[in-house]
Amino acid sequence: MSGPSSMRTPLARVRNLGSSHTGTGDFWRQRVTAVAMALLIIPVIVVVIMLLGRNQAGAAQILGSLPIAVILLLFIIASTWHMKIGMQVVIEDYVQNEKLKIASVMANNFFCFVVALASIYAILKLSSGV
Amino acid sequence: MVEFALPKNSKISGGKTWPKPAGATETREFNIYRWNPDDGKNPSVDTYYVDVNDCGPMVLDGLIWIKNHIDPTLTFRRSCREGVCGSCAMNIDGQNTLACTKSMHDVAAGGAVKVNPLPHQPVVKDLVPDLTNFYAQYASIEPWLKTTTPTPQKEWRQSHEDREKLDGLYECILCACCSTSCPSYWWNSERFLGPAALLQATRWVTDSRDEATGERLDNLEDPFRLYRCHTIMNCAKACPKGLNPSEAIAELKFKLVERQI
Repeated sequence: MSGPSSMRTPLARVRNLGSSHTGTGDFWRQRVTAVAMALLIIPVIVVVIMLLGRNQAGAAQILGSLPIAVILLLFIIASTWHMKIGMQVVIEDYVQNEKLKIASVMANNFFCFVVALASIYAILKLSSGV
Repeated sequence: MVEFALPKNSKISGGKTWPKPAGATETREFNIYRWNPDDGKNPSVDTYYVDVNDCGPMVLDGLIWIKNHIDPTLTFRRSCREGVCGSCAMNIDGQNTLACTKSMHDVAAGGAVKVNPLPHQPVVKDLVPDLTNFYAQYASIEPWLKTTTPTPQKEWRQSHEDREKLDGLYECILCACCSTSCPSYWWNSERFLGPAALLQATRWVTDSRDEATGERLDNLEDPFRLYRCHTIMNCAKACPKGLNPSEAIAELKFKLVERQI
């Protein structure tokens, strides 16, 4: 890629800012959350089927059970975390403008955090019967 | 965003159809990408007819036949003509491979043999890609034995078992078929090292005689240099030597997790 705008050597361009020594954490967490979701998905489907057609009082009664609430909370944490990492990978793949990339990654973090917190709040509210 | 469409000056337009060779009883059609940096025109696809009874069986034989008998301006790299040097890597019938080991008879019977330069690299001329960045990436992984221990009187010793671990890695001929078939490499070739350089990196990380394993892993541990690999596996499909760069990259990721947990 011998662009006329740059007189840097090809090796200097490849080395660029150097290795960030990161990425393995996200790679590992993506796998951990994937396995967690694979384990949780059957119980979550069962809970959703149990909730079908119930009114709020009925739902609150089911979610009042500690194991059920914990299963749903774990699923929300695993899936939103997985969603955050996955979306960031897509952004890093396709968005090449550095400023736009940083803004997109930040917006993705905010979005996933809001989704997670709203869902957790809803489950806690229902399960505690407030 | 990444550019999904070709830049204006790279759009293919028109092309010349060369007359069939006189006296040939059986011909094979070749559609070949042409671009000349000196004439200021956009690339085109020229059509040639090769006399298969006067020509060897491989696509490279066809290209050489065209250069010798029809159009001496056709430009491509070639050297060993037996799959060892990696010079004649190009995109044949939609698949990156070596022209010298790909039989023109394996390309869908009756159809034209479509020959294009390796995808997503700057073109120098016709079928010759500019692989400067690719070679610089190879250099960046420092493909040589690194040791601190004083060099022994004879040789660096290695057990048979440790030597076997290099099988499937050392055979890479750096033809660039894999890297240029990788969508991740297309979008981020400036920052992602690509399957070829990473397979070579695995070769040195795996070498039992090397004393810089950790340093090498440090150099690779990066969301772009290494983790742009999403195990798409185009590399393994393209490799004309039957290697599996995806697996080699997975080995690197495993080692990076291993040293953390």
